Amino acid sequence: MTPVGLPHFLILSAALFCLGLLAVISKKNAVTVLMGVELIINAANINFIAFSRYVDNDLDGQMFGVFVIIAAAAGAAVALAIVLNIYQRMKSVNLDEADSLAG
Amino acid sequence: MTTFDFTFYAFSILTLLSASVMVFSKNLIHCAVGLLFAFFGIAGIYVLLAADFLAAVQVLIYVGGILVLLLFGVMLSQRIAGVNIETGTLQFIPALLVCGVVFAILTHLALKTRWSLMPLAEMAPTSRTIGNLLMTEYLLPFEIISILLLAALVGAAFMARREAR
Repeated sequence: MTPVGLPHFLILSAALFCLGLLAVISKKNAVTVLMGVELIINAANINFIAFSRYVDNDLDGQMFGVFVIIAAAAGAAVALAIVLNIYQRMKSVNLDEADSLAG
Repeated sequence: MTTFDFTFYAFSILTLLSASVMVFSKNLIHCAVGLLFAFFGIAGIYVLLAADFLAAVQVLIYVGGILVLLLFGVMLSQRIAGVNIETGTLQFIPALLVCGVVFAILTHLALKTRWSLMPLAEMAPTSRTIGNLLMTEYLLPFEIISILLLAALVGAAFMARREAR
């Protein structure tokens, strides 16, 4: 068994990304889709920090990580507000029922 | 197997198991709890990558902030009085196939690429350096993201108001 290095972290983040992708494209509930987006963002962040540790050796990747977390917080707040608005209008947050724009 | 390897595998298994619970569970509350433990596991991974400040931020913002926000979303958007806090899935088998293919490609890339690795630096506390960088080299992005966060939160509060219509 090889000692843990950069590829291990990359594979972990790939697995997290795929789980998040699975949630985003297969879940009906809008809040669960949001949770999947958070998983994807975290996978990207693991990559940033792993590269910052193994390839770059300074803190630029970690600074990106800080900004990514802040942007994710802003995104989650806005997305939740949108979900609540959808719920008020349609009495449901299932994405397949929010189809009033469909022809 | 060194302590580092053991810790890595422990945190990876915690993260992936709880993320799977989040993805495969039908109950929204189970999803949220799975996500909670996944975030904790990721914070542990950050510590292993010598990012102690980010690990603390991860626990504070994700576990303390975003997850609570998501739980509010669950609570406010479901008829709690009924038993129905569940989420269905659409096209689950094709989605599983697509994700499997994506995972295979990413794993192949991670293993086959010849990364230009640097010798590892000593693990050192990072919060002082990050604070200095935020006030010097990254001052402009810091201010911009502050404005972004303020605007997003004001917008979210405005949009979510009940009497907005």
